[in-house]
Amino acid sequence: MAQVSIEDQSGETTLITLRIARYNPQKDDSKSFMEFEVPAQKWTTVLEAILDVKKNFDHSVAVRYSCRQATCGSCGMIINGKPRLACFTKISELNSNVVTVEPMNNFPIIRDLAVKFERLFDTHHKIKPFLIRDDTELETDAKEFLQSPEELEQYIQFANCIKCGLCNSACPTMAMDSSFVGPQALAQAYRYVADSRDKGKNSRLKIIDDSHGIWRCHFAGSCSQVCPKGVDPAMGIQFLRGYLLGFRS
Amino acid sequence: MRESTIMKIHYGTALAAIALVAVHILMRLTTNFADSLEYENVLANYKFLPYALMLELILILLSIHGFNGLRVILLELKQGRMYEKAVSYGCVAAMFGLIAYGSRTIIMTNMGMT
Ligand code: HEM
Ligand code: SF4
Ligand code: FES
Repeated sequence: MAQVSIEDQSGETTLITLRIARYNPQKDDSKSFMEFEVPAQKWTTVLEAILDVKKNFDHSVAVRYSCRQATCGSCGMIINGKPRLACFTKISELNSNVVTVEPMNNFPIIRDLAVKFERLFDTHHKIKPFLIRDDTELETDAKEFLQSPEELEQYIQFANCIKCGLCNSACPTMAMDSSFVGPQALAQAYRYVADSRDKGKNSRLKIIDDSHGIWRCHFAGSCSQVCPKGVDPAMGIQFLRGYLLGFRS
Repeated sequence: MRESTIMKIHYGTALAAIALVAVHILMRLTTNFADSLEYENVLANYKFLPYALMLELILILLSIHGFNGLRVILLELKQGRMYEKAVSYGCVAAMFGLIAYGSRTIIMTNMGMT
């Protein structure tokens, strides 16, 4: 069995170069980069490095974060060219002494690394992200809606979405089509359509069966490559397509 | 028309085109390439009614498929109510235009009006 010494666990501290994209749409014509030397250990995350810069060098770097544990979905950004969660990406896993952070693509920039989420929230809201049925669990004497483990399995993977927007940031159609509903909302449409307690399948399918809806997905699959929660939006989209093409009911 | 109906037609025309274009290519293999482009041979193709009908069918299928594909590309390129309307009607008009023009060639040649 491999021996792990205390030194291995504590890890060495190395200096890395953190390149942070700076951009204030109200003042700047274009994005520029500022470079900082920050210490990193084996487990230092990109978010920790950014917060280190804020604490010790430049407090004005704009970044959104909250939970620091891949749960709130706030800290999505482009890290060394790929959309990732800053709190869920260790510098050591990037295999590079230079770490470049930029705001997510396909989102309007508020400042630096912080982007506007209106479009994501609008499209998410549009597909009706709630159970649709006439009765409710909330009435007195009403029983909760039961579900078998098999029924739960149909959608639970898709319920793990934290609305971080990384999939929308990676999607090539999102980059072109300003009206496209996007992989995040499509995956959530499937999450509810596949839920045995939901009765809103037809109305939801109608919403995504639009000229800027599900058919504008061209199978690039980049959404699923970047999703930090294993949601696999591309698979959800293909399942949804199955309902609309008559392969599923 | 519902987008899903349009896309069913899009996928359907693509599948049907695979089968018919395969027949089309096999027919071309019956003579060598240079001979198949001889004036008399080209005319003979059009005068052979089943083959002429198949060419007409390929023309229709691929016009529908191709112009719907173009519509999709243009809808993703730029958005806006007027623009999208113009793209949709424009593509349908161009599709009928191409089918009409191609059919005219097939019918005239078939009837010997060369
Ligand atoms: C017979 C062989 C063909 C097959 C199997 C085929 C299949 C397809 C499929 C499945 C799509 C949808 C792709 C997507 O949604 O991402 C597509 C799109 C398209 N096709 Fe075809 N096609 C064929 C031939 C053609 C031909 C001959 C043309 C030109 C006349 C054409 C023009 C287009 C265009 C412009 C698009 C839209 C581009 C896109 O959506 O990516 N196709 N085709
Ligand atoms: S599907 Fe994945 S990548 Fe997309 S918003 Fe949800 S958690 Fe983020
Ligand atoms: S800070 Fe919450 S997901 Fe990264």
